[in-house]
Amino acid sequence: MNWSDVLIDFQMRLGAPEELRWLVVAITYFIGAFLLVNASLVLALLLIWITRKIVSRIQDRIGPNRQGPFGLFQTVADALKLLSKEDITPANADVIAYALAPILAVFPVLMSLAVITFAPGFVGTDLNVGVLYLVALGSVGIMAALMAGWSSNNKYALLSGFRVVAQLLSYEIPMVLAMLAPVLLVGTMRTQELALAQSLYIGPVNLGLGWFVFILPGAFLIYFISALAEAEQTPFDLLEAESELVAGFHIEYSGMRFAMFFLAQFLNAFFLGAIAVMLFLGSWQGPFADQIPLLGPIYFLAKTFLVYLLIQWVRGTFPRVRIDQMMSFAWKVLVPLVLVLILSQMILMKLPMPVWGGWIPYVLVLLANLGAVAIVLSVLGRFYSRNEITTKRAFDPKSLIGTTVPVSQAGD
Amino acid sequence: MAELFPLPPLPTFAQVVFMGIALLTVVGSLIVVLSRNLFHSALGLIAAFFGAAGVYFIAEAEFVGVSQVLVYVGAISTLIAFAIMLTRGMMFGVTSPRNRQSGTAAIITALTFVVLTALMNATPWPQAGEPITDGEAVIARIGSMFVNEYVVAFILLALLLLVSLAGSIVLARDRK
Repeated sequence: MNWSDVLIDFQMRLGAPEELRWLVVAITYFIGAFLLVNASLVLALLLIWITRKIVSRIQDRIGPNRQGPFGLFQTVADALKLLSKEDITPANADVIAYALAPILAVFPVLMSLAVITFAPGFVGTDLNVGVLYLVALGSVGIMAALMAGWSSNNKYALLSGFRVVAQLLSYEIPMVLAMLAPVLLVGTMRTQELALAQSLYIGPVNLGLGWFVFILPGAFLIYFISALAEAEQTPFDLLEAESELVAGFHIEYSGMRFAMFFLAQFLNAFFLGAIAVMLFLGSWQGPFADQIPLLGPIYFLAKTFLVYLLIQWVRGTFPRVRIDQMMSFAWKVLVPLVLVLILSQMILMKLPMPVWGGWIPYVLVLLANLGAVAIVLSVLGRFYSRNEITTKRAFDPKSLIGTTVPVSQAGD
Repeated sequence: MAELFPLPPLPTFAQVVFMGIALLTVVGSLIVVLSRNLFHSALGLIAAFFGAAGVYFIAEAEFVGVSQVLVYVGAISTLIAFAIMLTRGMMFGVTSPRNRQSGTAAIITALTFVVLTALMNATPWPQAGEPITDGEAVIARIGSMFVNEYVVAFILLALLLLVSLAGSIVLARDRK
């Protein structure tokens, strides 16, 4: 029973005629979409506050603490400030593309709400291509960055736009292939069925701990790293680099249009965490989620916030990577690794198994995941330790002693 | 009263949605052809692609619709936008893709439209039995067709992609 069906039934019982059922359905879906979208806009304020608090604690600061309890209203005040700011359109900007770009940046993020499974029976639409739908939406965001960069009539914005496209396109490939791993395991792209498949029955009791991360830790790791890059979070936020560069492709934007890019970025981080929870961390599954339905959304939101906290922890501790490091990491490490994982999983799932050993393929897939990640890590470690030695030699200050001529003697 | 002035039947909800999507597609396509700025043409093309995806969704072909967005909006449009941006002289300022033959082109387009519409109305379209309601079955069938009936075409396409990938690497490589 879906929650939307309950709402529709309620309205029909209020006396809506049967021939107007389509209108009732439309109204119900509109209410659902309206609530979800506005809740996520409010959520963005909370997310920004969380980020500020955590990052300031990591940096041994207190963070916002003046407006409201714990500084909760600081982001509200900032949003009001942005609302009242002047909306500047640069001279010679392409007005249409310039105005459309912020809308197109927020659009895919909010559209992904449609297939997010908050609880059993609580999903906008259980598309039969749910996972592919999420992937397709991710590719729309690229266009928004390109439009913003080009239409601003600013060479730095344009350069940054090219960079953001290069980054998003490269990291989309490992991300999509990592998302394929749980889909292969279950054989469906419906998000709700992916959630149901992550249960773990001991006898008749559902422990709700059959999360795919326990079978596919390698795929989860790759998904998490690529999602960081897709959401333009540290260590892959070199397009933004608030502390040292101009603000990337949205440099010319001000006021509410700038706020929309900001909003898209924070919500994107949160929803990529939600997708990680849906695909790998058991969705709404958890102990006693079957017995107490209210636990479903609580589990889901708790896990998603935990992933978001993890992203902010990474943000506070990791240094930013260079663009060449970032691109070579995607193409030389992540893509081959994820291809190996997917291929090995395909082969292992199709091995002939005895009737009693339905669990053997899962163990084999887990071993393949761990093995592939271990091999890649050891190869990378060896490469970088060797690389470090050569770099040390090249920049060792001691090696410079006696090779340079003092300035005073140079003129003699 | 009703007999004297027979009103046309009200459009159903699906028809209203289809009209909106068709309008998006047509307006997008018109922008592609008529806009004097190449980048605006690319944006119009994206709108038209979205409209086509919407038509697939209405026809309950979700897989095709999502693939349309993924491939055309995500990849092809980005490629087109890159090509336009990297072509200097087209980036800023108005470039007219129109020429003196626009009148002829309009006539030929109108004739093509008429002929296609007549053909579509005249053709007895085959009905493929029962509509498939189970979405998984559709995707599974597409997948099994790729590795059974159409395996040669599939492998040839993969080969073509591989060749173009290798070719682009050779073209863009550092020559020492």
